[in-house]
Amino acid sequence: MSSASAPHDVLVVGAGPAGLAAAWRAAQQKLRVAVVDDNPTAGGQIWRGEQTKPRSSEAQVWFERIRDAEIRFIRGARIFQQREPGILLAETTTGVSELRYNNLILATGARERFLPFPGWTLPNVIGAGGLQALVKTGLGIVGQRVVIAGSGPLLLAVAAYLRKHSANVLLIAEQATTLRLAKFAASLIASGKATQARELRRRLKGIRYLRGCWPVAAHGDTKLTSVTLQRGRKRWQVECDYLACGFHLVPNLELAELLGCKIENGAVSVDEFQQTSVPHVYAAGETTGIGGLELSLIEGEIAGLSVADKHDEAKKLFSVRAKQRGFARILNETFALRDELRDLVASETIVCRCEDVSFGRLKAHDSWRSAKLQTRCGMGPCQGRVCGPAVEFLFGWKVESVRPPVFPVRVESLIGHR
Amino acid sequence: MPEFVTLKINDVAVTMPAGSMVAAAVLKAGVTSFRRSVTGEPRGPLCGMGICFECRVTIDGEAHVRSCQTLCENGMDVRTS
Repeated sequence: MSSASAPHDVLVVGAGPAGLAAAWRAAQQKLRVAVVDDNPTAGGQIWRGEQTKPRSSEAQVWFERIRDAEIRFIRGARIFQQREPGILLAETTTGVSELRYNNLILATGARERFLPFPGWTLPNVIGAGGLQALVKTGLGIVGQRVVIAGSGPLLLAVAAYLRKHSANVLLIAEQATTLRLAKFAASLIASGKATQARELRRRLKGIRYLRGCWPVAAHGDTKLTSVTLQRGRKRWQVECDYLACGFHLVPNLELAELLGCKIENGAVSVDEFQQTSVPHVYAAGETTGIGGLELSLIEGEIAGLSVADKHDEAKKLFSVRAKQRGFARILNETFALRDELRDLVASETIVCRCEDVSFGRLKAHDSWRSAKLQTRCGMGPCQGRVCGPAVEFLFGWKVESVRPPVFPVRVESLIGHR
Repeated sequence: MPEFVTLKINDVAVTMPAGSMVAAAVLKAGVTSFRRSVTGEPRGPLCGMGICFECRVTIDGEAHVRSCQTLCENGMDVRTS
């Protein structure tokens, strides 16, 4: 086991936009800052692989700031347990690291929400962000027929990205209604994202964007060969190589829950300085609620200033944050899931992919706890990260009770830390 | 850093740009079943970011490694099922 002698003034968990912004602001105030992330490179999901070749001026600015700042990066390290307040344990490829801190900033981001439907477990049915991540990390997609489906602005970003890499994007199926999307478009203009929206529209020209449309089944024997889509009363089948499918995003809350932070409305609850209910623990970005890149950055900056006690400086950023939070509200209203999506599952459809628990077996239970104990739903290696948000939507169950380790770890990682 | 790395997916050599993840190499080798589920179904990557555990493979004898978070290295021996 390796351990640092003195605690970091600030330990940031997550090297996405919120984490980088927090780290930079704190480092500017001459604090000793470390950023820990489970990926081999910084950038989170949205800026994955962009440290050496940024794709936007915003990413470039932030990576330059980080490069010029005094920040220690701890890469490929996955936090699995709190030893005691102020000490976290992280597993790396070589062993366990002890991470000591005086202040902690959680910037653990979000993940895609997946909803079960017949065939969704077939190989090549991948998350929308999931497929993008694979292409960013070396998957060739030239000429591959891709159907993009689910919900959220991520679908559009993924479509543009895949097309740029010469995929054959057949269509985008968005479950939200045309009416809601029109309201959303108006809010883009109001929150200063009109230029971005226009640029995205240009890049997507010619790709069908079907509103009020969703997948009802994926077909194939050992891998995906086609998908059936529904729009209104019409159903039709489309042959494809990949179905890139995700239903908006959900915050990653496991670490915050482990530390005892108050969770409200499915997000980490924070005060105006981004402090959680636990002293010395702050949170910024998608983990405090889905709101997009700009909100993540500004929350990160506020958290970074706040841990340095620069509250007056932080307050200067409140108005920008308020504007972005307004946008976030509309974002989440727009891409709220429609009730019909609850009817996609058949009795034999797998809901928990780790333990192969079907919808039919879950129906017999009245709570997450009962389902877990009786069926092992959510008890596999993903620890409910995939099926948790799905059963919340399908059954309205409250999914909680994380226990250490929050990620499966090697036995020897645990033995040294009883 | 070399520009390309070559690894083996179920004994088939695959060459990838340096910095690629093993999951991408497995798919490039034409393999879509990364693992078998507890009831024997073929499964492949879902989240692409290390949380779903569907892309687990065996690398150099170590089982249950998430291929989407593991960088390709020269001479790696990757096994799927």
